[in-house]
Amino acid sequence: MSEVRIGVFVCHCGSNIGGWLDVPEVAEYARSLPNVVFAQDNLYTCSEAGLSQIKNGIKEHNLNRVIVASCTPRTHEPLFKRVCQESGLNPSLFEFVNIREQCSWVHMQQREAATQKAKDLIRAGAAKASLLEPQEDIYVDVEPRALIIGGGIAGLTTALTIANVGFDVKLVEKEKELGGLLRHLYKLYPSNEEAAAVITPRIEAVRNHPRIEVFNDSTVRDVRGFVGNYDVIIASDGKEETIKTGVIIVATGAEELKPQGLYSYDGQKVITQMELEQLLADGNVSATKVAMILCAGARIPERTYCSRTCCMTAIKNAVLIKKQSPEAQVYILYRDLQTYGTEYEEYLRMSKEMGIRYIKYSLSNPPTVSDGGVKVYHELLGRELNLETDLVVLATPLVPHSDAKELAKKLKVPLEQNKFFLEAHVKLRPLDFATDGIYLCGCASWPTDVEQTIAQALGAASRALIPLTKGQVKVEPIVSSVDQDKCIGCGICEYLCPYKAIAVFPTDKGDRASTIVASCKGCGVCSSHCPMMAITMQNFNDDQITAQIAALAAV
Amino acid sequence: MSDAVLVIGGGIAGIQASLDLADMGKHVYLVEKSPSIGGRMAQLDKTFPTNDCSICILAPKMADCYDHSNTTILTYSEVKEITGSAGDFTVTVLKKARYVDAKKCTGCGECTEKCPAKAPDLFNMGLGTRKAAYLYFLQAVPRVALIDREYCIRMTKGLTKDGKPRCGVCKDVCQAGAIDFDQQDEEITLNVGAIIIATGFDPYDPTSLTEYGYRRYKNVVTAMEYERLICASGPTGGHLKRLSADGRDPKTIAFIQCVGSRDLHHNKYCASVCCMHSTKEAILANEHDPEIHSYIFYIDIRASGKGFQNYVARAEKEYNVTYIRSRVAEIAQDAGENPVIWYEDTNSRQVKSMTVDLVVLATCMVPRTDAVGLAAITHTALDEYKFFQTSPLAPVDTTIPGIFACGYCQGPMDIPESVAQASAAAARAAEIVS
Repeated sequence: MSEVRIGVFVCHCGSNIGGWLDVPEVAEYARSLPNVVFAQDNLYTCSEAGLSQIKNGIKEHNLNRVIVASCTPRTHEPLFKRVCQESGLNPSLFEFVNIREQCSWVHMQQREAATQKAKDLIRAGAAKASLLEPQEDIYVDVEPRALIIGGGIAGLTTALTIANVGFDVKLVEKEKELGGLLRHLYKLYPSNEEAAAVITPRIEAVRNHPRIEVFNDSTVRDVRGFVGNYDVIIASDGKEETIKTGVIIVATGAEELKPQGLYSYDGQKVITQMELEQLLADGNVSATKVAMILCAGARIPERTYCSRTCCMTAIKNAVLIKKQSPEAQVYILYRDLQTYGTEYEEYLRMSKEMGIRYIKYSLSNPPTVSDGGVKVYHELLGRELNLETDLVVLATPLVPHSDAKELAKKLKVPLEQNKFFLEAHVKLRPLDFATDGIYLCGCASWPTDVEQTIAQALGAASRALIPLTKGQVKVEPIVSSVDQDKCIGCGICEYLCPYKAIAVFPTDKGDRASTIVASCKGCGVCSSHCPMMAITMQNFNDDQITAQIAALAAV
Repeated sequence: MSDAVLVIGGGIAGIQASLDLADMGKHVYLVEKSPSIGGRMAQLDKTFPTNDCSICILAPKMADCYDHSNTTILTYSEVKEITGSAGDFTVTVLKKARYVDAKKCTGCGECTEKCPAKAPDLFNMGLGTRKAAYLYFLQAVPRVALIDREYCIRMTKGLTKDGKPRCGVCKDVCQAGAIDFDQQDEEITLNVGAIIIATGFDPYDPTSLTEYGYRRYKNVVTAMEYERLICASGPTGGHLKRLSADGRDPKTIAFIQCVGSRDLHHNKYCASVCCMHSTKEAILANEHDPEIHSYIFYIDIRASGKGFQNYVARAEKEYNVTYIRSRVAEIAQDAGENPVIWYEDTNSRQVKSMTVDLVVLATCMVPRTDAVGLAAITHTALDEYKFFQTSPLAPVDTTIPGIFACGYCQGPMDIPESVAQASAAAARAAEIVS
């Protein structure tokens, strides 16, 4: 191989790195390392200026390896690899060294030690970079079909959008009927439209769409494959069916918490908002002294989150009661009112003008419910009020379905601490999972009102349409490969692989393992467990990692 | 008929909508009024609730969007006229002269360095100055300089008695030969099938809320100014200090919520993001200097998004942040130029005062001033607050078929909601141009 010529670009990341360690000194040090022919520091390596400095460096110094010492490969590796490629350098010859999350951010206020650690990490990175080899990208075809899990407003909207653009859609719903949570609601805020009038036409449109096939009363049994080529096994009516699909959208929604043991909940005199919706729909609300308690079971130590939709649901239902019987007294006991935006704030103002009374309570002194009344400490009056009631309505949070965990496991996607699905990036990739080809929308991700759910559902359709319309996706060449001469066909790798991406096949030399390249995520489990050390991870091979460790230890 | 799409506005919403459509193989024309894409998100220091550095997560998207083979990015440009209907719109765009040849400029900064004329630095919210020959900001995309015709000596001062121009330093020092004083504004005509409006927001100017002393007192700043003050690429290099002559490092900071919002005299609505951005700004203050104590004066804490409640809890426990349920009546100033906050504690019904080193006003966010003009050009309706009108059941559809709106220009929302809506608008546009 020709001479190794490494260029190192050390990023200040504004003050994120530069504020806590001596970046110019680190760059100066990098220049002294073996095989490093060029090093410089940039205020932001990811800016246009920084990127053109990489391009110029490759050209002027004839670099054949590039190291960026900056933030995290999770957000920035694709960008730097692309710049290498544009400059004629194989992207696998790029090495990332994280001196932000793994250095400056965890060693704030320790300038000298942090500077030294950054040098150590770059020395190790350079040792590995010297042994990097070019790899070719792998392309796979995309099955032109979308599978959507969940037939509520989110799933229905996504299905219609994708089908309208011209792709086949399979919609899987675990209940007998489509419609999801909206089937249990009476009227929607802020439009006051009947939920049935919103959901029914969409159900009809889905049922009649020539490109959409609905699987009612069906569940996802298993998921195999990878972006562009998923095999989803559906169980319905005791039968199993395998659907080949290019993309999967999770639109499974959430459910209302049943407040067992809270505020004397009995489903009769003390009910939930959703139970109230049913009574309102049936015209069965005769109560004229109503108290609504918000944050029932939410924003408490065992369930810390705010469920976002319950304030407006309560206000809307209070308004409906007041419209039905103007003489009714309705109290809303709240902690902080979530009437964000333009219309909800206006709705709140309107409800106050109608005579709905708001009383703030605190977590340390919550209301108590007894037969025929609610006691609440009124902070402004500085005394306890005794509200006479004939109906108490609890606004309980939306909680994830109990089977969310199981589905997440089948899809190999993560949940966050409250067991809602966790997206790839909370800020900039709200509708993608980190796993390619799987997307999410609606209450499966977080409690969300109908408007936002529809926006997310349309958005998830857009994300899913990208691989579908492209027809091909690129797979990272960081995959395992098996040395057929060393392999003894024991099958440990096949047993351990979480992606079903390696399997033992009969060959003329006997049973041998082999990687299913497009499924492989490059996690390295097979490689680290192979008793014959027959499995190599491209770009993370033993020589490279050993060199990295040796360099880290050599001071 | 055209299968191209016009996106108006190059902030995070416009960028995301453009990327989705470009990735689907549609050609996108992105028209941005300012000299760089990036929008408001580029001006923020960090983002809640993860404290991700804002420009760090945005910059790769800006570069992706600009470099994409299916995008044409027209910066420093404005939409002047639109005719036609869904599937077949004709759009006239005014591309303003930069007086710099974009093909030749390397963005080296030499012209900026030597330019003798100064102008207010709008990217830094008017804190400090920039040159008349300038880059919009450090990470600007495209990285092409421009000359501000309002402040350039050559363009404003006329010729000398001998008939010579009074300045030309930028042209003399530019090694790429990119300066071109003869460049003219040009009109470009585009044919597109769908249009996405993503023009974002302006911060509400709190000068008219005279009780808060903004502009009268140096140590009362807006949240957007604070974002620039605490940012490494801002006017102080990220050193948080008071704007009074003493330039002291603040040790106590007050954040005033709902300034000009939830207020019948100004804007009735809730701007939706301020509780969280003030929480973030208070956390950042304490990260910069662990001795800083922050006080957030609020009506309701609106922390209903993913991870928000835990973020607020962390601010209180780990970052010296105290939340005070209150209504601030007036901000005065003591002899040492320290703001004095007079407020009613709405839990105890007592009138109290607190003297702090710095006040940050969480001002309302309002539609861009040119939203009205753009609504007229596109024939779309605005709501009573001048946000582009959409409906809850078709959240990105404007009143005109084929024209969609996403992000803050159609109502208050945070970054992930804007990103989700941007993808939603892309899907709706794709339904038309597929």
